[in-house]
Amino acid sequence: MLLQLNNLTKTYHHHDGAINAVDNLSLDIPKGSFVTITGASGSGKTTLLLILGGLLRPTSGKMSYNSKEINLQNDENLADFRSKHVGFVMQSFALVPYLTAIENIMIALNVKNSNTTENRKRALELLEWVGLEDRTTHYPKELSAGQQQRVAIARALANKPDLLLADEPTGNLDPGLSEEILGILKEINLKQKTTVVMVTHSPMAAEYGDTKIQLKNGKLHNLDSAEIKINKQVLIN
Amino acid sequence: MRLTDLTLKELWHRKSQLVSGLLAITLGIGVIVGIRSFSVVSEKAVAVNLDNLGANVLVLPQAASVDNYYSADIDAPTFPESYVERIVTSTLPGVDNLSPKLTRRVKIGNENIVLTGILPKSEIASKPIWQQGGLMAKKVAASCAPKPGAEPAKYLDAKLQRKGIDSLAEADCFIGSAVAQRLNLKEAGTLPIEGKTFTIVKVLPETGTVDDDRVFANLHTVQALLGTGEQISAIEIMGCCSEISDGLLGKLRNVLPDTRITTIGQIVSTQIETNKMMNKISLVFLIIILFVGSISIGNYIWANVNERRKEIGILRMIGYHKRHIYYILVLKGIIIGLLGGVAGYIVGTLGAIWLGPQFAGIEVSPIYTLLFVSIGLSISISILGSVIPAYLAGKIEPFSNMQED
Repeated sequence: MLLQLNNLTKTYHHHDGAINAVDNLSLDIPKGSFVTITGASGSGKTTLLLILGGLLRPTSGKMSYNSKEINLQNDENLADFRSKHVGFVMQSFALVPYLTAIENIMIALNVKNSNTTENRKRALELLEWVGLEDRTTHYPKELSAGQQQRVAIARALANKPDLLLADEPTGNLDPGLSEEILGILKEINLKQKTTVVMVTHSPMAAEYGDTKIQLKNGKLHNLDSAEIKINKQVLIN
Repeated sequence: MRLTDLTLKELWHRKSQLVSGLLAITLGIGVIVGIRSFSVVSEKAVAVNLDNLGANVLVLPQAASVDNYYSADIDAPTFPESYVERIVTSTLPGVDNLSPKLTRRVKIGNENIVLTGILPKSEIASKPIWQQGGLMAKKVAASCAPKPGAEPAKYLDAKLQRKGIDSLAEADCFIGSAVAQRLNLKEAGTLPIEGKTFTIVKVLPETGTVDDDRVFANLHTVQALLGTGEQISAIEIMGCCSEISDGLLGKLRNVLPDTRITTIGQIVSTQIETNKMMNKISLVFLIIILFVGSISIGNYIWANVNERRKEIGILRMIGYHKRHIYYILVLKGIIIGLLGGVAGYIVGTLGAIWLGPQFAGIEVSPIYTLLFVSIGLSISISILGSVIPAYLAGKIEPFSNMQED
């Protein structure tokens, strides 16, 4: 298993009480799978994605990566986990506006390797792979939405992660571009054996997953998978 | 793409904000540089003025009257000439020149004049006003250093000083302008005093002091003529202004406990007080600039952090540690400090050069060492200002970039 979640709970405290965005969730995600997470707004899917990526600490519970428990409370530990093992693709592309396409990729490479020449070479390879070799010196504002998302995907792959997390990656794209980006994610999953976990509202996008999870009120509501096991989790009706 | 490159690109990306961020620190440093430039010129001016006044410390016998600084040595009791040696061997800092003197009133014809025995080198060196009048044909620069540790200004031509020693032979004399007028004397003429005939080497230009009524001859000749033996009535000392303020007089009293040591009190103290006040003003401004500059830079960096929350979130998301965020922001502060220091130095120096002649009637020159002080100060202020915003930026959650615009 790539990821194992045990009784993960994330509680947000509001003035009118506490809400469990993720509620006592246990789940195993195998290596090489393409998992899509759907659910209504507020169902906890983005919160779950953030916890999977080490971006957010759960209130309680454990998470293991390659059977090794991750210290979810240590900032530096989580930062290292993200830089080494996780790539992120966001709805808003999350590109640094004053860096060119190639620099946006190199800044991710620099976390692990300070050799600028090697990083430039690797960034160029990635830009070629996403078909943007002629846009290397373009700034995000000079790129179309689809091109920006492809740069974001190239950056997510920069450090050869085992896990690619995508949060509504097609949310800002028209249907044609959405299919293009989803195709790239599927290709990454199939050819590079990278595990992809994608949060989406789109039923069409959800169909790209070989495993489909539906959340409701922070709990697993539905699961459609040949591989994923529900571990100590009771489906709610 | 290293973090330094990222910082520089971000600075360039937000140029207009950079200019506004630089404004406060530039003006602050500029004010300090301007005040300091004035202050240094003022200290130098004090030193030059003190030198031009001649000796500013007078060593007299204990019983001497000091009602009038310039005539205190006339008919004063005497003390041994060896006291000069005591001062010289004590190696007191700030004693630039010594002039032992023996002064008595003598009658020439019907006129009372003041005969002063001097050791020419020291007497001449301590009376630059004479040299300006043509005796040495060269102006003597200030011998006082503006402050301890700084290199003192040098006499322009030491050889000419030595020439002055040789020129006053045993039977030679200089005469003051008033004496020349009253006795109708001219250069190369002769002057009989107490049975000895002196050759007039030089008629000194008018100084407006008691020196105009003096006849200067070789100290040892005067001692022999008056039968005093190796006695003198005063030692004039050209003391450095900064050393005087640092207690030179007290140290001299320790060396010569049975003498009276006085100075041109009012002049020295007023000018030293003025300089001290300038330094205090600089210090007050420095403290104000430290506070205001740090707060201003802190405010600028904090505004920058808020504007970059999403970007900081992106960096944290892709694996940058908190320390990397600190580095980016403090480096930005250092760069602003560097630019502000250089800009502040230029503004302050140009301001002082421009305003000096118009408002204070003084010519201000650039003080290049202040550039390094400005940069160091400015960078320190910027680091102080950027530390707290950088710390708070490190607390920005790595998922901050997920907030939609």
